[in-house]
Amino acid sequence: MTKPESPRQDSVGKESAHTESASPEFDRRNFLKGAVVGGAAAASGAAAIAPESAQAQQPAAAPEPAGYAFFNLDEAAFIEALVDHMVPADDLTPKGTDVGINIYIDRALAGAWGKGDRLYMQGPWKKGVPSQGYQLPLTPAQLYRAGIEATNAHCRKTYGKSFDRLDETQREEVLVGLSSAKINFDSGLPVRVFWGALYQTVIEGMFSDPIYGGNRNKVGWQLIGFPGVIAVHRDHVAQYRGKPFPNKPVGIADMS
Amino acid sequence: MSTKLKEVDVVIVGLGWTGGILAKELAEAGMKVVALERGAARSSENDYSLPNIRDELRYVVRHDLMQNTARDTLTVRNNPTQEALPMRRLGSFLPGEVVGGSGVHWSGHTWRWTDMEFKVRSNYEERYGKKFIPDDMTIQDWGISYAELEPYYDKFERTAAVSGKAGNIAGKIQEGGNPFEAARAKEYPLPPLTPILASEMFSNAARNAGYHPFPRPSANASQAYTNPDGSQFGACQYCGYCQRFGCEANAKGSPHMTVIPLAMRSPNFELRANSWVTKVLKDSDGKKVTGVTYTNVLNGEEFEQPANIVLLCAYAINNVHLMLLSGIGQPYDPASGAGVVGKNYCYQTGASATLFFEGKYFNPFMNAGGSNATIDDFNINWGFDRGPHNFVGAYNVGGGFNTALPIGYRPVPSGTPQWGKAWKQATAKWYQTAMVINASGSVMANRNNYYDLDPTYRNAFGQPLMRMTFDYQTNEHRMGTHAANVINDIAKSMNPTKLNQAVARTNPWTVVPYQSTHNTGGTIMGTKPSDSVLNKYLQSWDCHNLFVVGANVFPHNSSYNPTGPVGALAYWTADAIKNKYVKNPGPLVQA
Repeated sequence: MTKPESPRQDSVGKESAHTESASPEFDRRNFLKGAVVGGAAAASGAAAIAPESAQAQQPAAAPEPAGYAFFNLDEAAFIEALVDHMVPADDLTPKGTDVGINIYIDRALAGAWGKGDRLYMQGPWKKGVPSQGYQLPLTPAQLYRAGIEATNAHCRKTYGKSFDRLDETQREEVLVGLSSAKINFDSGLPVRVFWGALYQTVIEGMFSDPIYGGNRNKVGWQLIGFPGVIAVHRDHVAQYRGKPFPNKPVGIADMS
Repeated sequence: MSTKLKEVDVVIVGLGWTGGILAKELAEAGMKVVALERGAARSSENDYSLPNIRDELRYVVRHDLMQNTARDTLTVRNNPTQEALPMRRLGSFLPGEVVGGSGVHWSGHTWRWTDMEFKVRSNYEERYGKKFIPDDMTIQDWGISYAELEPYYDKFERTAAVSGKAGNIAGKIQEGGNPFEAARAKEYPLPPLTPILASEMFSNAARNAGYHPFPRPSANASQAYTNPDGSQFGACQYCGYCQRFGCEANAKGSPHMTVIPLAMRSPNFELRANSWVTKVLKDSDGKKVTGVTYTNVLNGEEFEQPANIVLLCAYAINNVHLMLLSGIGQPYDPASGAGVVGKNYCYQTGASATLFFEGKYFNPFMNAGGSNATIDDFNINWGFDRGPHNFVGAYNVGGGFNTALPIGYRPVPSGTPQWGKAWKQATAKWYQTAMVINASGSVMANRNNYYDLDPTYRNAFGQPLMRMTFDYQTNEHRMGTHAANVINDIAKSMNPTKLNQAVARTNPWTVVPYQSTHNTGGTIMGTKPSDSVLNKYLQSWDCHNLFVVGANVFPHNSSYNPTGPVGALAYWTADAIKNKYVKNPGPLVQA
């Protein structure tokens, strides 16, 4: 597999250019937390002034701040660190935040799915056996919130700091612990269930249509050579039998 | 308080393939028909159109065309000693919820089930003796024959634009078809789809091993087609978005673009979408049904729709649920074996291997619902001796792709990391260069696999949820082992760079992940009321003006997809109602 061809130009194409070299030391979370010391009135102002102030301090290098509809500051820091660790930048794709995986997950959790759309939410609530599937009294958004909190609690207990402040090796250790269920959450939240949701949404953010906020520039599709919403393969079946198909994916917005 | 409406000749509950077929046939025969469908009306032009229909997240992951489990679901458990808990979101199977039902989102695989199923107990007892069938395996003959159904299979295949190659026309074996199939009167209405590389490679390997590969018959029109009713089909575009999606090209045979619009052309037919049926009503002596109650889900208003004939044509699970909620027939009790409603719930099993071929491009995104090659050497081939392997039933093996979209399908060799650079590299390397061989296996009825009403959990209408008790038995584990060995032998003969071998499943059935929307049984057909709910015309033994249509009538499950006999039986029942029942209302078979 060679490096994917250049994506079609679209409005988010500019982002990868100024984020590749970015390694901001500036901590947006602490800045924003500091800004709310003045109380509720100041809090509403903080969101409005933050991007401008951030740019003032790190004009060229800072990533375009993500606007979150669901995540709070700790959660945003967690998810950004997580997706950048799981999808690191290399010659195949930009890093997870530049793919928009964090934004995809935020929007999914803020939206109907995150609020429990299509989820049967009547009790009584019992643990059951694994073959009975999901049995927690939590919407996906609540599960995520509790899971991030529990993971950070584990990280603080084990390493003395939250997940986003861990080094690469420590982050890897935590993900291995989550995925193998070697970590037990003190809160009683089942780690397997949280990991299952976390992993699935990272994958969705990488490979779903870009209209949902992830798979920016269709880099997830370019990675694997998936053509997207192209519909007419009737002649291609014979024409490309055993041969690579042109790697120029098309999304829903491109055809709308 | 519900509003009582004017009586009609026929009320149909659920408007998918079976409801659509019966609606068209009976309305055209002059009967006044009302169909109540819980889902909304959607069309190919407006809803299944480009580019929005090509959305894996919306249609595959978020189940846009499927039953909403917040409103109604099932409770599930593996055996009667467990406490059943709600299936809180869809997973293992996906009932549709839209006008057209699961006929919108199916792949189109259309098989003819044969006397191997319809005479299952007789066949095995005759060949292997009564003791070969385990005591708790409650299989029984269906009371119908292949010969009776053959014209109706043909009718459904022509309606749905099935593409395929006949293997046996009037007893003469045909080159390139399935040599084990039962004799058909005519060739398929359309030639097979163009094979993709993966199915070709599988076919070659299977042939070299002495098996008999053939193209999987499928309701994906291989070329533009007008069916006998005048419904127009576009040619399949191999778009790779078949299973879970409506077809933008109108190439996939679906009720919403065939029988339903034809029914709607008749002044005798009325569709009421967004109508949730809560109960079938009986008369005072319980010998007949009088209609149904339903709720308009847009405003909560309740109605009673009286009817001379009631047809339950909802998804297989929901038909059984309505029978139990309505108190028609005796509920099945696994402890005593008495009762019939809920009996013989069956599912399917399987095994699969992934083959990795470095540098070979399979283009898994180019496929149709039916672009697989299949072998039936261990399926409807009665020459395959089950004796030494000690199982009842069968499996078919296929090679190819059907809907291999990237959120759900990203094959990597076993041992690949789940994230990071190595994961990305492997995902990039193998997405296009892997193929799959899989087996679909039958499940025989078992005494402890059944439905009843849950004692605890309720749906949005305040009614008890359906409770499903199911697990695979030793019989299925033995068959799975045989299937895995056959798959692995074929796979190894193809010399892949890497191979994730097929493994027989021995764990309990789980409600996640997706496995198959081939849920069967619960209101089974048969020869007598003591062991079945319906006679061979799918007519209730208890109430002669009630017919229950769908895979819920199957006394056990084969390895095949169910829609072939589901469609054929719908036409068969329509004929029985038009030509027999209406002339002389009463039991069509004397108990």
